[in-house]
Amino acid sequence: MLGSFAVLRKQSLLGDAISHAALPGIAVAFLITGAKDSNTLLLGALISGLLGAFWIRSIITKTHLKSDTALGLILSLFFGVGMLLLTFIQKQPNANQAGLDKYLFGQAATLLERDVWFMAIVTGVCLVTLLLFWKEFKLLLFDADYTKTLGFNIKFLDILITSFIVVAIILGLQTVGVVLMSAMLLAPAAAARQWTNSLAIMVGLAATFGAFSGIIGTGISASYPNLSTGPVIVLVASVFVLVSFVFSPSRGLLFKEIRFRKNRNDLKLHKTLSFMYDIAKTHDDIGHPHAIKILNNFHGYTKKSLHKLEEENLIILKGGNWSLTEEGFFKAKNLYNQHIDAND
Amino acid sequence: MTSAQIEIQLIASLVAVACAIPGVFLVLRKMALISDAISHAILPGIVVGFFITHDLSSPLLIILAAFTGILTVFLVEFIQKTGLVKEDTAIGLIFPALFSIGVILIAQNANDVHLDIDAVLLGELAFAPFDRLELFGMDVGPKSLWVIGTILMITLSLLIAFFKELKVSTFDVGLASALGFSPVLLHYGLMTVASITTVGAFDAVGAILVVALTIAPAATAYLLTKDLKKMLFLSVVIGVFSAISGYWLAHVLDASIAGSIASVLGVVFLIVFLFAPSTGMISVAYKQQRQKIEVLLLTFLLHLKNHTEHKERHVNHLGEHINWKRSQAKSVLELALKNNMIVIDSQVVSLTEKGNVFTENAINYITDHSEEAIEEMKKEFFLFRG
Repeated sequence: MLGSFAVLRKQSLLGDAISHAALPGIAVAFLITGAKDSNTLLLGALISGLLGAFWIRSIITKTHLKSDTALGLILSLFFGVGMLLLTFIQKQPNANQAGLDKYLFGQAATLLERDVWFMAIVTGVCLVTLLLFWKEFKLLLFDADYTKTLGFNIKFLDILITSFIVVAIILGLQTVGVVLMSAMLLAPAAAARQWTNSLAIMVGLAATFGAFSGIIGTGISASYPNLSTGPVIVLVASVFVLVSFVFSPSRGLLFKEIRFRKNRNDLKLHKTLSFMYDIAKTHDDIGHPHAIKILNNFHGYTKKSLHKLEEENLIILKGGNWSLTEEGFFKAKNLYNQHIDAND
Repeated sequence: MTSAQIEIQLIASLVAVACAIPGVFLVLRKMALISDAISHAILPGIVVGFFITHDLSSPLLIILAAFTGILTVFLVEFIQKTGLVKEDTAIGLIFPALFSIGVILIAQNANDVHLDIDAVLLGELAFAPFDRLELFGMDVGPKSLWVIGTILMITLSLLIAFFKELKVSTFDVGLASALGFSPVLLHYGLMTVASITTVGAFDAVGAILVVALTIAPAATAYLLTKDLKKMLFLSVVIGVFSAISGYWLAHVLDASIAGSIASVLGVVFLIVFLFAPSTGMISVAYKQQRQKIEVLLLTFLLHLKNHTEHKERHVNHLGEHINWKRSQAKSVLELALKNNMIVIDSQVVSLTEKGNVFTENAINYITDHSEEAIEEMKKEFFLFRG
């Protein structure tokens, strides 16, 4: 759901960066408390995730480095620090440390009931805030300058959104793991984007897609042995994206291709027709027959297109000859004035 | 230092150089995240290669992995070209999907062999010297040293051969195609190099360090210079420096080498980010502050020029009229005095001859909308800057 905002804000890969950036937080939280309590670890992850997110923001705004560089930078550097700390922890004489890295690769199966409740509550809070600030978020998303002139506190809104994305990511980490988290954030939103131009519908759709890929993915992974949940969920989500890309009515590749072909054929027909018109107008009799041979590919001529023209009653085919009908003549005559219409 | 230590440092440095060179171009072309995507997406390639050869060190593995890398780039390009989503979204969609396939393949078929995600992703530099290459029965050094060395040689020779083309196509795609270079070809060439480097390097140092070594030195260098050659040189230096000092940090802490190299890279970047002479946070903040005072000064001078009556030009009046804070007003007045723009005569401020000329010029420039010219003018008139 929050992914919709990330996608529209061109911060798609934020998810990837934040999920990596959470690692040092987990390690530090463990170093400080020495216990593997999931709440403190989450808190640590949250703090370092936020730190990463805001550092990314400041790199983008304060220097000429682009967002991709900033993201990649923070991602790899934070993760490196995290690894350093993790290996450092492993050398410590503390039996508790095993399995810390499991956090990062995610295991939905290890979730406790308590964790699920916790997630549900956080999701609820996100939802309520989203609804509360819906108008503001929408504005900020599409026209930040306008939002500013209206007197909204852009910085606050921005921080709010970013924080929510970070919270969502950190929570999701436990389920699907670092690498796949970015897909969970992105894929439903990207799929939803193809079906609608309205933000509200897009957010709703994204949530639905996300939920479904979660359910289906878990189902598939449970019914086969040796199939980890996270990757399956991601693959299911990717399938959603693929289907959306191809079959979405207005933006989908399939319909685009169909429209493209249709337009091209229409144009070819018009080309043929206007060529016929040029010949026919030199004769007194519009219906004077001409040989088909004088048409060639260059004039957009194919057998199919001729038949199409005949079907539309624009020409009459007789033997090896064609002749324009009254209707065809007028249509061709007006063709040049109607080129705009011809394109739809 | 033992020979193993020297070898590790040598490998790390070579990896750093090999990554830094394509890294510079990736950062400049705003495709830095491709390296991240490639490093994750090659997993299925490696897995499939492993199934075919059952040998983790076979060259087929590297070839297949590099191929998957290029496939990733191709898919990303394809999705992006459809115009359905932005490039970053395309990257974010492709690589997790490929990675998932890799993970599932491993889980399904290779449970009993030593090929697990941690090993693939994290890598361990410390073991690199133990995996030795033997030629004609002779020990010629660690295998990864040779792999990386070869890749580096190829990258370097390609860089020298196509430097001009790369430069043009990076900064001006239109010009490059007009001159008859194929930007597409160069693009895929660069991606192939990046992909091969990633694959070759990550065998030795792990995926994350590859990403860190690709992006961080280039980004740091970009903050320091805008000259391509200097940037290349600087990023190589930063990469090698971090590799070697990272190794020693790891040695002291007894922790992961890759992690500590990345940490050193992070520290270097942070320092540059804060203190770089022209682009660092501190110098930017300083410059903004200066700009602010100078704008205030200009406003103040215009105000003086507009008013002849004493009341409007009284020192105490500034607070009421232009609504400045006391400290702000004071620093503006001081700056103006230092630059001989104004004189204060019994609490009444008046423009000097120089101040008058400056203000007049400034008005002209402002009404011309040629705001850049004001910077030039400031250089001419100001003895001291704000």
